[in-house]
Amino acid sequence: MGLNILYEFGRYLKLMGSMFTRPEKFSMYWKETLRQMNDIGVGSVVIVGLIALFIGAVTAVQFAYQLQDSFIPAYYIGYIVRDSTIIELAPTISCLVLAGKVGSNIAAEIGGMRQKEQIDALEIMGVNTASYLILPKIVAALFVIPLLVIIGAGISIMGGFLASVSTGMVTAADYDLGLHSFFVPYYVFMMLVKAVVFAFILTSVSCYKGFYVEGGSIELGRASTQAVVYSNILILLADYIIALVLT
Amino acid sequence: MIRAERIHKSFGEQKVLKGISTVFEQGKTNLLIGRSGAGKTVMLKILVGLLEPTDGEVWYDDTNFFTLNKKERKAIRQQIGMLFQGSALFDSMTVEENVRFPLDMFTNKTKGEKQNQVDKCLERVDLTGSNDKYPGEVSGGMQKRVGIARSIVLEPKYLFCDEPNSGLDPKTSIVIDELIRNITVDNNMTTIINTHDMNSVMEIGDKINLLHLGELAWVGDKNQVLESENETLQDFIFASPFLQRLRKGALKQ
Repeated sequence: MGLNILYEFGRYLKLMGSMFTRPEKFSMYWKETLRQMNDIGVGSVVIVGLIALFIGAVTAVQFAYQLQDSFIPAYYIGYIVRDSTIIELAPTISCLVLAGKVGSNIAAEIGGMRQKEQIDALEIMGVNTASYLILPKIVAALFVIPLLVIIGAGISIMGGFLASVSTGMVTAADYDLGLHSFFVPYYVFMMLVKAVVFAFILTSVSCYKGFYVEGGSIELGRASTQAVVYSNILILLADYIIALVLT
Repeated sequence: MIRAERIHKSFGEQKVLKGISTVFEQGKTNLLIGRSGAGKTVMLKILVGLLEPTDGEVWYDDTNFFTLNKKERKAIRQQIGMLFQGSALFDSMTVEENVRFPLDMFTNKTKGEKQNQVDKCLERVDLTGSNDKYPGEVSGGMQKRVGIARSIVLEPKYLFCDEPNSGLDPKTSIVIDELIRNITVDNNMTTIINTHDMNSVMEIGDKINLLHLGELAWVGDKNQVLESENETLQDFIFASPFLQRLRKGALKQ
């Protein structure tokens, strides 16, 4: 078990290392990166937005319930929704969801290419397959996922507003006051660090699982599932480490 | 010309290839034939450099492939075209984009020059007008032809074909065989075909290498197949009673 983990980790590092070579043609890599930005970014806006909306709404409603019959002012709802969204919920929940959507898609795409001999075809042509297939996905994710997280954070805060103001738990003015209170810009930096680290984890792990698929459709399905499970575990582990280091 | 010298390949304890030496000649269709499990695919993957042999050498003309560094291997690979069993076309690209891919990746030609080259190759495989279709929208035979067009677009010196007729009806198989044969002769390429299609053996077998249990059991051309007394060859080629009767009839004539 321990040896197997070491073997997998070593192979993962080797694959990541082989990715950094001079591109055969920069324009082809750029074109592929733009395609990936579209697939990862545009294709995920709706799901990230929907989840963020409900997470913000639930956070606001739950916190408003906790505040009932307490001396804590109602405007704290806006403050709590904002900070919990920025520090934890937007980057972590968004990336856990993206690991499921984007990660499984990447593993299935690269694994399918392996099974259909498309990776062999690229290698025979003289293309560095690790670089051409993985690097554009990682670069695209590193740009696009932080943007998705920022959008998610905004929608989550709006979700909290809609849920708490429309039900009369807090007035719009109080919620707005909460949003403007005790703001620490450093938390936004933390959110972006988390988004970048999680983006790297979910794309690189998914690419790795897809790249080394062997066998048929059952193995491909298994690789896709493992990509999601391993990404989720590593994202949560990284979340803990970042929290320790940055706070 | 490609030369294989004393190729051995083992996977753990299992010896798949046991010292194969043969020459694949330029301007000819060289076939690798044999029963399933004979080691044809492993041999082809070693020849093309996807697998390293346990022992032995592969020479591309005067170059020993496995002594080359990564960059030098890359240069050789750009002279190689390969047609895969399942065509290995990129699903997200159209027929035209698939064929143009090697040009986009490895050349600095202008857009017009690339378009001319792609059109020429598509015309060569009789696929003019299918430019905008996706691989999923064309038949298996057409996918093979797109694969051929892609493999010759950089005008390679060496062409490898892995089971080019698998999954195709006999008529389409003949079309594919003739296409590969004509391209080989016209471009004076070294073509190596891994097959167990008997029609290919008898029609385009300029040089036939029979592998049996990891060893080279027979070498000859299509004209020598009927008269050869090699038992392994006869067992393989004329496997069914019908084909055996056919052979006897042909020999009597």
